[in-house]
Amino acid sequence: MKNKYSIFSLIKNAFSGHENWQRAWRDPEPKKEYDAIIVGGGGHGLATAYYLAKKHKMTNIAVVEKGWIGGGNTGRNTTIIRSNYLWDASAGLYDHALKIWESLSQELNYNVMFSQRGVMNLAHNLQDVRDLKRRTHANRLNGIDAVWLNTDEVKKFCPIINTSPDIRYPVLGGTLQKRAGTARHDAVAWGYARGADQLGVDIIQNCEVKGIKRDGDQVIGIDTSKGYIKSKKIGVVAAGHSSVIANMAGLKLPLESKPLQALVSEPVKPIIDTVVMSNAVHAYVSQSDKGELVIGAGTDSYVSYTQKGSHNIVEETLRAILELYPIFSRMKMLRQWGGIVDICPDASPIISKTQVKGLYFNCGWGTGGFKATPGSGDLFAHTIANDEPHKLNAAFNINRFVSGDLVDEHGAAAVAH
Amino acid sequence: MFIINCPYCGERDQTEFSSGGEAHIVRPKQPTELSDDEWAEFLFMRKNIKGIQFERWNHSHGCRKWFNVVRDTSNDKIHAVYKMGEKPPANK
Repeated sequence: MKNKYSIFSLIKNAFSGHENWQRAWRDPEPKKEYDAIIVGGGGHGLATAYYLAKKHKMTNIAVVEKGWIGGGNTGRNTTIIRSNYLWDASAGLYDHALKIWESLSQELNYNVMFSQRGVMNLAHNLQDVRDLKRRTHANRLNGIDAVWLNTDEVKKFCPIINTSPDIRYPVLGGTLQKRAGTARHDAVAWGYARGADQLGVDIIQNCEVKGIKRDGDQVIGIDTSKGYIKSKKIGVVAAGHSSVIANMAGLKLPLESKPLQALVSEPVKPIIDTVVMSNAVHAYVSQSDKGELVIGAGTDSYVSYTQKGSHNIVEETLRAILELYPIFSRMKMLRQWGGIVDICPDASPIISKTQVKGLYFNCGWGTGGFKATPGSGDLFAHTIANDEPHKLNAAFNINRFVSGDLVDEHGAAAVAH
Repeated sequence: MFIINCPYCGERDQTEFSSGGEAHIVRPKQPTELSDDEWAEFLFMRKNIKGIQFERWNHSHGCRKWFNVVRDTSNDKIHAVYKMGEKPPANK
């Protein structure tokens, strides 16, 4: 790997005042034709390109991105990584990703700041207790670490939680996945971009897809703001805008796009050293390395592409946060934003071929795609290269909405909605 | 967050309403004769338009009546509101 980052390169560059670092990826003009094109330069798209080049030796490929890489939902999520899903198919998918996370910084020679600080999911009523206990058992059967904590153990693990029995939704316990945690989302996009670029992948930014060209049942290229580019394999990883791209190819997807919000506070000293999620009251919180509280709120109930989200959603989340963490009552929130998430009817993703030959979709990650980034890229690359799904993403084909084999993770797996 | 002009109650905050998703998806007249593909189309496939979308809303914290809205999903501006059974206005 040229320009390998190491302690030695750091020392060497320190002597020249850090002014001679090479750029981490090129800024090429698109070629006329590629063996494959990935639409969407977020974490999933860049990871797909990286694994296509690395594992499947497809190096004449491009990633086209309408804005800048990592500027969409990759840079908007709350960076939570976990794999404690209920169903076997989901457990396989998300734990595949988690295993790659564990050595990703070394593999990419880029520090993605993966921190296994644990993710705790709280139970607030008896049904929560039953569901979450069931999930810990299901997780263990699938080889995924999971423990049940009673109220005292929750308090011990995260002392600032209000475990008083008198609050509106008292904490009756929780589950803990210790291998779960967070990573720096920008670094994930940049690390994969750098890795893909060094393997010869063209990353073309400010290049918006305007149309998908078909010759009968076969895809043959894309119209973009930088001209027509030919390719017989096109993988679309466009998150909230997946349906927009699908419509260009004359396809409909089982998706609805909605704004999902998050917010961060002013930075403070370390106060919470884990990630705590609560489904029932819809509040989840962690603390960034800068010291900001990172708070995830919910989605709006209607289709919208506005990247804003409604005020009442934030209000509901903060109300729950304040009851669970009275210590935050005087914290000031600094920034709030929305991202457009594409939600499937069963709250599981689609990593699949379509009825158009050579056109593949990786979408429907809804409110929780960041955690799957490396696994999603790996499996989507496999699907594109072989024109067949990997066994880990076979269940996540688009045809499940016809056959009825849904992977229903709504609520069942602590998916926060 | 925006204001919706309920055809029965007048202008109210969006939080009083529930979204019913894409409008004018006709329920199959002969469900027993539908193929799996047609069921999938009816149940799950959505246009999910970025731009002018025809959709159903219910005034769930008001008169509880259903009606249709024409809304631009790229900026949440509402172009028209019309009652159930009425013809949708020409696309603007």
